[in-house]
Amino acid sequence: MSMVAEQANPVHVRSLRKRYGPVNAVEEVDLDVRSGEVFALLGPNGAGKTTTVEILVGVRRRTSGDVRVLGRDPAEDAPEWRARIGVVPQTTGAYTDLTVREVVEHFAAFYPAPLPVAEVIDMVGLGKQARKQTQALSGGQARRLDVAVGVVGDPDLIFLDEPTTGLDPVARREAWDLVRYFAGRGKTTVLTTHYLDEVEALAQRAAVIVGGRVVESGPVAELGGRRETPAAVSFTRTDGLGAGLPALPDDAVVEEAEGLVVVRTHHPTEAMAALLPWAAASGVRELPDLRIHRPSLEEIYLDLIRSNQEGGVV
Amino acid sequence: MNAPDAVLAQESGVVLDPARSILWRAAVSRSSVELKSFFRNRQSLVFTLLLPIVLLVVLGSIFSGTVPGTHTDFKQMFIAGIIACGVMSVSFNGLAISVAIERDTGMIRRLASSPMPKSAYFIGKVVRVAVTGTLETVLLLAVAVLAFGLPLPSTAARWETLVWVLLLGGVSCTLLAVAFSSVIPNARSASAIVTLPFLVLQFISGVFFPYSQLPAWMQTVAALFPLKWMTQGLRSVFLPNDFAHVEPAGVWELDRVALVLAAWCLAGLALSFLTFRWRGPNVR
Repeated sequence: MSMVAEQANPVHVRSLRKRYGPVNAVEEVDLDVRSGEVFALLGPNGAGKTTTVEILVGVRRRTSGDVRVLGRDPAEDAPEWRARIGVVPQTTGAYTDLTVREVVEHFAAFYPAPLPVAEVIDMVGLGKQARKQTQALSGGQARRLDVAVGVVGDPDLIFLDEPTTGLDPVARREAWDLVRYFAGRGKTTVLTTHYLDEVEALAQRAAVIVGGRVVESGPVAELGGRRETPAAVSFTRTDGLGAGLPALPDDAVVEEAEGLVVVRTHHPTEAMAALLPWAAASGVRELPDLRIHRPSLEEIYLDLIRSNQEGGVV
Repeated sequence: MNAPDAVLAQESGVVLDPARSILWRAAVSRSSVELKSFFRNRQSLVFTLLLPIVLLVVLGSIFSGTVPGTHTDFKQMFIAGIIACGVMSVSFNGLAISVAIERDTGMIRRLASSPMPKSAYFIGKVVRVAVTGTLETVLLLAVAVLAFGLPLPSTAARWETLVWVLLLGGVSCTLLAVAFSSVIPNARSASAIVTLPFLVLQFISGVFFPYSQLPAWMQTVAALFPLKWMTQGLRSVFLPNDFAHVEPAGVWELDRVALVLAAWCLAGLALSFLTFRWRGPNVR
């Protein structure tokens, strides 16, 4: 993408830094969120995800760096800009002494073109609770009311800070449906999370933040060089197989220790096509512990965190 | 994609008039939420609205005799003071507690993340204080007149004084409440922290004891704060003119009452500007 096109992205961040006294909460963050995508900010607690989001939505000042959200500097705090972003903060809000309907109506009053209040309440699944005072809501319901408050203005860009933390599995799936609903409307979503399944289920692209730095970013399927990392075909050698191996794909790297054979290759199917007839020819009808393993997002993520927390900067 | 700045510039050209209607809608919505939260919240009803009325009924039934050196019923002096307390209660206590709660519950953070014009928040607070302050004054006056035979202000000038003393006092307490709320760490401790200065000022500002009989240092401390001047102004409204000779200055000093309260309004405004935060560690 050209420079101009990158700056037209809904979120454009270069060298973002936030210092609290001597502590750098955000050290070096570059982000590009493209129009219409669900973008995940992934990282362990205290990595700087929330601080980053708070700077992007203009409720926290940055120490330095270039930040453009919908083409504006969030620090300007322009009302017409605010009307186009939706924010669901990390901590669930309490709207004491008001009913669900009153809360959503209240926030709708601040936007030039809000979604119909009843529709938003139904969408977050609080239709039956609309007349209830918010103190009577369960934790999951209160969280969904938060989402309703965040999206009632029909924003073009939605920030969800750990939208599903603390929700039960059913409520989580419902929250996912909401994210997909807005993606389906062509809106852009930025969500922070430390759940990998959430990233795999919802996001097209993600950035991994560790210790205030983006250590990896790109399409979820390619994070941490996932696409380039070879698959591992492994089995346990039995007596019948003898000492050798059949001819394997050219890129194959073989490790063998205590009887466990691991063949790393980008062509696991070809490797299998060679291994199976070879085993059969030796009279072994079942290769013990045979499996093909591709690195999961979780392994890649844990690797990224480990190498960045122990070994310092990549 | 269009250059975003151009899109925005175009939009803001069109939004000029809607911006005004958004402020109006936001202010109406804020005010209605303020009043709903006040009247639905047992804590705010009991602590800020009813407490002064309970004090009036209980202490009004206990106090007897005349203020030493005058022919004025002690009760009447107390009633003038408790009306000032009532207005301070709904403006200072009520507001400081509500801002602290809104900070703690995430309301302020969500409002700051919305396009709500910031002024709408403060307009809502003013409406809340105006409505509850008027209600408190009317209730206290009604109880005082019906149960304790307080004579209503005898001249138009006294009614005028009643209005401007309560207005200036209410405004200064409102602004001070916004500033004071910044020292309240969380919603749970709000009532307790607010009650301390309120209680101390009540005792040293001539509500329960004649101001002139307090130790000099206490008078000096009280004279630094608005409540003393509010009670003094209201004594001039409800008590006979010859009561003025037991005031420390020997006269009502209404010009000084106006001056001090106006100064507190300005100081409160400045302090609110310096301390009110839409974001920050206290805003959850």
